[in-house]
Amino acid sequence: MTTETTNLTSGGLPPRLRAALATAGLSLGPMIGAFVLSGLVLLLMKVNPFDYYGYVFQRGLLSPSGVQATLTRMGPLLLLAASLIVAFRAGLWNLGGDAQFLMGAVFVAAWAPLMVQHLPVWLVLVLSMLVSVVIGAIWGLLPAILRAYQGINEIITTLMMNFLGISLSSALVKLVFADPDTTVPQTRTLPVGDRLPVLFGSNVSSGLVIGLVVILAVHWMMTRTAFGLKLRVVGANPEAATHAGLSVPKLTLAVFAISAGLGGLAGAVAILGQYGNVRADWNPAYAFTIVPLVFLARFNGYAAIGYVFLFSALGIGSESAARRLDVPNYFTLVTVALLLVLLAVTERWAALRRARKGV
Amino acid sequence: MSGLFTDAFIIALLAGVVAATVPLLLAGLGEQISEKAGVLNIGIEGMMLMGAYGGFYVAWASGNLWLGFLGGGIGGMVVGALMALFCVRMGLNQIVVGIALTLGAEGVTALLHYEQFSRLYPRLSVMAPLPIPGLSQIPIVGPALFTREPVVYLAFALVPLFVWLFRRTQLGLMLQAAGDKPAALDTAGVSVLKIRTIAVLATGLLVGFGGAFLSIVAAGVFVPFMTHGNGFIGIVLAMLARGRPTWVMGGALVFGTCLSATTALQVAGVDVPTDIIQMLPFVAVMAVLLVAGRKARLPAALGAAYVRGER
Repeated sequence: MTTETTNLTSGGLPPRLRAALATAGLSLGPMIGAFVLSGLVLLLMKVNPFDYYGYVFQRGLLSPSGVQATLTRMGPLLLLAASLIVAFRAGLWNLGGDAQFLMGAVFVAAWAPLMVQHLPVWLVLVLSMLVSVVIGAIWGLLPAILRAYQGINEIITTLMMNFLGISLSSALVKLVFADPDTTVPQTRTLPVGDRLPVLFGSNVSSGLVIGLVVILAVHWMMTRTAFGLKLRVVGANPEAATHAGLSVPKLTLAVFAISAGLGGLAGAVAILGQYGNVRADWNPAYAFTIVPLVFLARFNGYAAIGYVFLFSALGIGSESAARRLDVPNYFTLVTVALLLVLLAVTERWAALRRARKGV
Repeated sequence: MSGLFTDAFIIALLAGVVAATVPLLLAGLGEQISEKAGVLNIGIEGMMLMGAYGGFYVAWASGNLWLGFLGGGIGGMVVGALMALFCVRMGLNQIVVGIALTLGAEGVTALLHYEQFSRLYPRLSVMAPLPIPGLSQIPIVGPALFTREPVVYLAFALVPLFVWLFRRTQLGLMLQAAGDKPAALDTAGVSVLKIRTIAVLATGLLVGFGGAFLSIVAAGVFVPFMTHGNGFIGIVLAMLARGRPTWVMGGALVFGTCLSATTALQVAGVDVPTDIIQMLPFVAVMAVLLVAGRKARLPAALGAAYVRGER
């Protein structure tokens, strides 16, 4: 395509909309590619790919209950994406999001069902979210200190705190916070009526709104405020930031507090809005799959919302399709992997094309 | 408690430590090669799973455990080849591709297992131990450490081999340069992409062997998701080791001891929850870092794709 045709086709559109359309176009190709390739895998398994993806679309995007499940799942995922955007933009690779999520979830699940008997529900919900932010931030404190004052690589420490937190949360559920009224190892359950309110009479949890507000706020903070600029300078070049008079250690601590705190909040929203309790050994590993999506969104909040919606719909749709067609749920992993690789290839190709145009 | 520490118990304990250490050692050494060459290989969990599946499948189909190890190495290298193609050749983001390959390998191996073995659950024969003459006669240590499967000795023999490779050979120097100053290597007339490709393939091979050890020697079966974080611990070991193979071995022994301690304590009748024991190695390393932490020296160009002429 030559430059003229590009200008002709997108002539009247405002630049921001044009960019959004280009991004959407760049995601559509990889999606189709991933569906075709994983469709071939389905053929090998003697399953009709059209049946399978028919169910995926029907459940994930078309049926009212499926859409509501998709939107509800987006709440915690958006918070995790916001958590990673803050850290990644500041050049800090927080790979411990799953433990931050679980620690927030476990403490809220232990605390909220007890408190709800003594305090008004709205107060319990607000306090629970504050608790989860504090717990998440505490869990991120050690890697933050080690990074800020000892210069120890945060990939190692957050990965280790991740293993530690996954084991600790399941130990807490089994040994400390176990519901005495049941033999199943799980925490007490928050009654459905005392959870986060649903939106407009649907089954969509208002966790979605919390997620959207937070990720937009984070995007605004990182791109439009002085504090965000400072963090981006630290991320781009810590030495230059020191020379510019910024206190890199303090900013590092702040980044970890926000990022890990939001990770904890994601756990709280999952419990307060959807699950109501934590079972032993529960680990949805959301953060692990959100990491590549945030990279592909190039740390942009709007793009991250799009990818999170896509991922959420695919997850909800595939779970249903797998159940109906007796395909093991592992198959979703193959689709997600193909999608990630193809998205990365397309992203790279688009970047090369932009670079070539620029020269 | 005195009755607890019978000879048989101590032998079982030491043997368990060795069995848990070998996969971690192979994963750590493998990751170390990639990191030296400047590739942050987050995909090794996937390589290990593919190695575990490939190893089990070939060993089961051929009836030969050694061929199984070859299959495991090839399985790991297939994932390594994808990693090399996407990250080294095409310069895609290493973290995105690494996570994608791990998820993909989890899915593919679990599906293959479901299609082939979910109704059969075949077990492999036990690999015959090779007693080392003389050393295997020592009481307790002999049967625990020197009457082992030959692959165990080979895994530990890799440590001095790698020390020599990194310190004394031109290949070792080129690996180091590819990670620290790729442009200098390029100027010297050596292809950075070639060195990094070799490094990632070697990682796949070693990590694949580690996975094959899990399925062929340690378990005798393949179970979906059986690597259970071993690959990620390998990443931690390689980063803590700062380029030294001997440190990888030390770290692998510490983690291996803690991982095997759970089973040992349960056999001994001490009821400590698995979750608590599994936390121990991480608590230990975090404590060490907090007290004696210094900068973990990582290659300067780690994680960055090399594009000729770009600065």
